[in-house]
Amino acid sequence: MADAFWCLVEDDRQGTPKRVMAEVLGEAARLGGPVEAVWLTDRASEEGLRHLAEWGASRIWLCEHPALAPYRGEVWVPVLAELVQRETPRALFGPVTSRQRECLARLAARLGVGLAADCVALARDGDRLVATRPVYAGKVLAKVTWARPPWIATLRPNVFRPAEAQAGRTAPVERPAVTVPEGRLRFVERREEVSTGLPELTEAEIVLSGGRGMKGPENYVLLEELARVLPNCAVGASRAAVDAGWRPHRFQIGQTGRTISPKLYMGFGVSGAIQHLAGMRTSKVIVAVNKDPEAPIFKIADYGIVADLFEVVPALTEEFKRLLERS
Amino acid sequence: MKILVAVKQVPDTATQVKIASDPRTIDTTGITWIVSPYDEFAVEEALRIRERRGAGEVVAVTLGPERAKEALRSCLAMGCDRAIHLNDPAWAEADTLATARALAAVVEREAPALVLCGRQAIDDDMGAVPAQLAELLGWPCLSWIMEESVDADGTVVRAARQVEGGLEVFEVPLPAVLTCQKGLNEPRYPTLKGIMGAKKKEIRDVKAADLGVGATAPELTLLTLEPLPPRPPGRIIQGDVQTAVKELVRALREEAKVI
Repeated sequence: MADAFWCLVEDDRQGTPKRVMAEVLGEAARLGGPVEAVWLTDRASEEGLRHLAEWGASRIWLCEHPALAPYRGEVWVPVLAELVQRETPRALFGPVTSRQRECLARLAARLGVGLAADCVALARDGDRLVATRPVYAGKVLAKVTWARPPWIATLRPNVFRPAEAQAGRTAPVERPAVTVPEGRLRFVERREEVSTGLPELTEAEIVLSGGRGMKGPENYVLLEELARVLPNCAVGASRAAVDAGWRPHRFQIGQTGRTISPKLYMGFGVSGAIQHLAGMRTSKVIVAVNKDPEAPIFKIADYGIVADLFEVVPALTEEFKRLLERS
Repeated sequence: MKILVAVKQVPDTATQVKIASDPRTIDTTGITWIVSPYDEFAVEEALRIRERRGAGEVVAVTLGPERAKEALRSCLAMGCDRAIHLNDPAWAEADTLATARALAAVVEREAPALVLCGRQAIDDDMGAVPAQLAELLGWPCLSWIMEESVDADGTVVRAARQVEGGLEVFEVPLPAVLTCQKGLNEPRYPTLKGIMGAKKKEIRDVKAADLGVGATAPELTLLTLEPLPPRPPGRIIQGDVQTAVKELVRALREEAKVI
């Protein structure tokens, strides 16, 4: 539909959209809609389509083709460009994920329009859309706007209020005829990370982060034990801990690692260097546990405990267990 | 094999950033400028490819004002062979697309087999230029690579990109654009010899007119820069560990309502 707000689906590669899509669809609705989902995949499940409708998509554009997985920019972008040119949506939003960051940048170049990446707020201002995005290590907020539609943006996960699922809502599924190019990137293999059984850093609602105060790689098991007690909780690390070789780089929170925005961030033995703050300062609630009362992280923490983390973490695990078993 | 590395000069992370009175720019007095950290991984990887192959040329390119020459100087000191400086007031308001267009014009003239970039610049964190450059060139692009190897005849690179939950390995026919990040390598420090040698290496100034790239109105316009709103003051929870932990858990449930 012309002038629709399109939301590009991020899925779990098994045919189900990720929960972050509730946030993207919810924000598109808040901006006025009409809200439509665009899904490029090798397989879409009925359940996945239902989720999109329940989260507010009034129409679902589904391109199902084996060449669309795994994601390759040179294959996705011509398909999306063809759809956009035909249907002329007003906006195209997606969550900040590894592939959508690349895909939507590439699409903007193909269409010759602007892109705002990693937005933390969106607002209508008359006929235009104004996006707010953190710059300079999150120390400054930039307000930007587009010269023309479609307004293309990626939205930081966990920042926008998710749409509430309306059970029973349905939406028509369009399967548009599009040309899917072959692409020159040849997929060789996927190597799964050794699973900790905990969620992805960028998707978790609670993140525990261990810094230099963890003293060694063997002690992260303490944080993992606490994480297993809490719902949707991941464990990350500071640059100091990653550079010391205690944790693989994929766990690094901060400027040269991942940017997160959970509803609860808890730093243990993390000093709070600027480059770490750059990756977590939009967290809703920040807790800091550090022996050093002068640690900079206390300056941005909502709650702080000045104590030895090796005493605090096991006590927290026990206390949360008690609380969550009760409720 | 010729490799082009695109870099950006940015304020050092630890630098105090003050918004100028316009308020669309930052006050640059007293700022320490560095090569964006991700770009150093790209420079390092380019040098390693050249060293592994025993031949080739690594060309550093940047778009920025006169001061950005220092960033190119650092790349030359690390070991790049020469540098190109897109240095023209016409690019003062360049958005990612305008930057990608200028870089694409350079790539078309230089015809490298490979373009390496950092995953994103740490000043505006947009992370868009490499993918946009690939699109304008019609080249494949692989983002956030953690390892790569170029085949013997220099026509295909096998690279692993980081995605949620794992790595995806692809064979990428050259020419292509790859974006580099932490974990790929450990960037070298320039040696004294490298720093001295860099002074004799070529940095060519290029104007918009040289590339036939005219100034166009930006597609994304910066309206204002605003300081981050201060967080509400926090609270240090006092008492022995057991008491403090009990109070923290209570506060997270009853005040903050996040558990």
